[in-house]
Amino acid sequence: MIAELGHFSLMVALAVALVLGTLPIVGAARGNVAWMDLARPAARAVFVLVVFSSACLVASFVRDDFSVVYVATNSTRALPLRYKLAAFWGGHEGSMLLWVLILSVWMFAVSVFSRHLPKAMVARILAVMGLVAVGFLLFILLTSSPFERLIPAAEEGRDLNPLLQDPGMVAHPPMLYMGYVGFSVAFAFAIGALLGGNLDATWARWSRPWTTVAWSFLTLGICLGSAWAYYTLGWGGWWFWDPVENASFMPWLAGTALMHSLAVTEKRGGFKNWTVLLAIFAFSLSLLGTFLVRSGVLTSVHSFASDPRRGVFILLFLGVVIGGSLSLFAWRAPKVGLGERFGLVSRETMLLMNNVLFLAAAGSVLLGTLFPLCLDALGLSKISVGPPYFDVVFVVMMTPALFLMGIGPLARWKQAELPQIAQRLKWAFGVSILTALVLPLAMGRWSGLAAFGLCLALWIFAATMVNLWARVRSLPGDLPSRLRGLPLGYYGMLCAHVGVAVFVTGVTLVKSYQTEKDVQMDVGDTVAIGPYTFQFNGITEGNKENYVFAKGNFAVTRDGKPAGTMEPEKRQFLAQQEPMTKADINRGLTRDLYVSLGESVGKTAWTVRVYYKPFVDWIWAGCLVMVLGGILALSDRRYRRSRASESSAYDATGTVVLPA
Amino acid sequence: MRSRLPWSLLAQVKRVTTRWAARVALPVALALGAVSVPAGAKEAIEIGENPVQERHMMDLASELRCLQCQNQTLAESNAPLAVDLRQQIREMIAKGQSDEQIKQYLVARYGDFVLYRPPLKADTFLLWFGPPMLMVVGLASLYLVLKRRNRRADPGPITTDQHERARQLLAGDEENQA
Amino acid sequence: MTRFAFVRYLLPLAVFAVIAAFLYKGLWMDPREIPSPLIGKPAPDFDLQALEDPTRRIDRKDMLGKVWMLNAWASWCVACRDEHPVLVEFSHTGLVPIIGLNYKDTRREGMKWLTEFGNPYQTSGFDDSGRVGIDYGVYAVPETFLIDKQGVVRFKQIGPVTPDLLRNKLIPLIGRLNA
Repeated sequence: MIAELGHFSLMVALAVALVLGTLPIVGAARGNVAWMDLARPAARAVFVLVVFSSACLVASFVRDDFSVVYVATNSTRALPLRYKLAAFWGGHEGSMLLWVLILSVWMFAVSVFSRHLPKAMVARILAVMGLVAVGFLLFILLTSSPFERLIPAAEEGRDLNPLLQDPGMVAHPPMLYMGYVGFSVAFAFAIGALLGGNLDATWARWSRPWTTVAWSFLTLGICLGSAWAYYTLGWGGWWFWDPVENASFMPWLAGTALMHSLAVTEKRGGFKNWTVLLAIFAFSLSLLGTFLVRSGVLTSVHSFASDPRRGVFILLFLGVVIGGSLSLFAWRAPKVGLGERFGLVSRETMLLMNNVLFLAAAGSVLLGTLFPLCLDALGLSKISVGPPYFDVVFVVMMTPALFLMGIGPLARWKQAELPQIAQRLKWAFGVSILTALVLPLAMGRWSGLAAFGLCLALWIFAATMVNLWARVRSLPGDLPSRLRGLPLGYYGMLCAHVGVAVFVTGVTLVKSYQTEKDVQMDVGDTVAIGPYTFQFNGITEGNKENYVFAKGNFAVTRDGKPAGTMEPEKRQFLAQQEPMTKADINRGLTRDLYVSLGESVGKTAWTVRVYYKPFVDWIWAGCLVMVLGGILALSDRRYRRSRASESSAYDATGTVVLPA
Repeated sequence: MRSRLPWSLLAQVKRVTTRWAARVALPVALALGAVSVPAGAKEAIEIGENPVQERHMMDLASELRCLQCQNQTLAESNAPLAVDLRQQIREMIAKGQSDEQIKQYLVARYGDFVLYRPPLKADTFLLWFGPPMLMVVGLASLYLVLKRRNRRADPGPITTDQHERARQLLAGDEENQA
Repeated sequence: MTRFAFVRYLLPLAVFAVIAAFLYKGLWMDPREIPSPLIGKPAPDFDLQALEDPTRRIDRKDMLGKVWMLNAWASWCVACRDEHPVLVEFSHTGLVPIIGLNYKDTRREGMKWLTEFGNPYQTSGFDDSGRVGIDYGVYAVPETFLIDKQGVVRFKQIGPVTPDLLRNKLIPLIGRLNA
């Protein structure tokens, strides 16, 4: 009964979304206020219906209703409650419902936080989001409903994949989808502007916070995914350039470019076409990612079971959305005026270079991901493109952007002078290079890679500090009031850029200096790695709700002094064939110690992998600092000022009504 | 088959060298006795006869693809074929073969698919040179477009009236910001 | 702006169209199927004990001058069971000798399997280490090779041999190679 209600609710949501996707847009074109007014209530109705449907699915899981196919394939009675909830998005059908749920959350948010926007604009934005919802709801109802029945019902479920029974599974997909799907708002703003013909600085100002929130969520989501893979997969890797990972990274790259481009459009009225195009790209890449993961076109450890028919549907949907929006762009963009002129050396130019570089980087990741498919489709050869390719290419593409990150914020708008910038930055430049050349020695062994990466990171940090100092210096008053006088948006930028520097430091140091040992240990054996010694003290066995485990005990010492205990596990889930490795990680500010069990050998010995990973946590710390930057930018005063004065300046069609 | 096997049974999955090393190296180490390690405890034995070669094998294996898996490297995978191939590589390294020779050996049997670093050939030319070309072309077009735009006639300096209006607007804006 | 300046705005759409075309083609392909680099090259040498009789040896050179079929199989392989009746029936036609490659198996299990399900093989090589399998680029049993009189590999099938495959590909090819 509950499952049927859930399914029916989706059908009603589809009907409402259809109304939402059509009437308000026509209403906005014709000035029909009644139709435009439908947008908000319709969006909220879709939200309520999809939330209800999701609640039905959750209820089915909680009640162990194994007559629902999806519950039977992703859960068992013994599964802990929090993982029954996470199992919602553990498989293809549920994750599609999550997509629509989060889309409806964003629709609801837009319907609430858009009082200051002209009616026509709101109508168009919500209508575009409604159309996207129509596509996904149709897809779910026609090909991937999580509410399908299993008759006769199963006695016991097949359990959630053990790798997914982890807090990471509870957090990572929702955060990721909030980001991914959140770019639909920026997309809807862009389409709305193209349709309404009011692509200007005000439009950029409205669009910007939505983009920043989505970007922040996406950064957090990717960060969580990487951190989760690190401790779950047993060999200490944190990024594999797997197609599904790339599918989330490409929207991030386009989204970062979009945020920067929006800043220019808001402040200077320039880059309008760029910004709109980037908004379309960011969301298109999100949709493309959704396609790649489920169509069976690429192999991935993350991919869901594939089915060409589903793939065709999504591809058609992609064609309509992406093809439609790019066609709209090609039609309308030539009519959009250029912004003001700016010099060849200016902040505008640097940000434009930033756009180009980030887009080129996203393009390269796309190229690498799809290339094997292309060669195979042309009947040429069958190749693999993996980390050795991406690591090299991506670093090459990003280095100029990282270098530019130091210069850009210092350049003036419209016209800047390179000699003046160089003058300001010469100390930062010198200090970065010298420190970077020397610092690797502190790690024990000089490394060119480490020097290079540290140089970039230090450069970004130093240049950011120079920027702050220059800005503070030009203000009157004492230091605290000067610092308080700077807008939060500015701090957001500083914070995010510093976050990048922290990230680069982490990546560089861990790649240059990590060491590992693959050993066989019997009780009492020791192994030394870096400055630490590990002693194996045997195994304890036990069982939890739905698995049995063997837990190893390792005593860690450094220079003879105790430094902790580590307990990696080997888990055998009752419903699965393969055992799962749970590594234990001793985290520190400057290093991680990582131990994972291999297999048992003989009566008491085990094969063990021990890693020493310096500064690896700086990778995720850097991402979190970037997210903090986003939050700071969103807390800027100007987003909290009353909009009452603005909203009255617009009439129903969104045309500015000048004060008499 | 639902597995509730004790760990020793699970370990009876066929392993190749490590058992061998355990049977030989462990007793030898025991016989020789530990040197400067507390009584009873020993220095752990590294897998494979030669740790340097083992490291070499794992480095090489991390650039090769496991053919039975869903996108994993030969170093990470536990699939039977991956275990066999790692063993094969170990033996080839011990025989003194170069990385190139080992890669050629695998490519001759499985094709370029087994390499995660795509070889530079005619059909991968676009793959390797596409990205830098994209970057260069992008930046170059940017330069040309901006240069062309800047060559257009300057609209001329602003008039005194415009200057006054701007001053008034800015004064009003500052009041709002305070 | 010149008359054709608008063309550059169509560029993103054009790029998308190309990508979409590749994606569509990709829906009908299998990204995990690895074509064999051995086609057109001499079949790798092997010298194995026969499964049925450890004292007898099977050598690839024995098969020179004949068109023959090599089938990699194992008792633990589920898909091999599906293809087996097809092979057994095909072996009765006597069109080509079928040599088995017992891949990473035990003698006992292998013989038991053949006794239970039938033996279409003239003989089977006992490749318990899987080395010969690696030489032939085997990564997922069952796999079947067609080798010509000069010992050159002409065809490889990854996955079970079906009656359709026999009828449409293998038998005509055997005919051509024998001519």
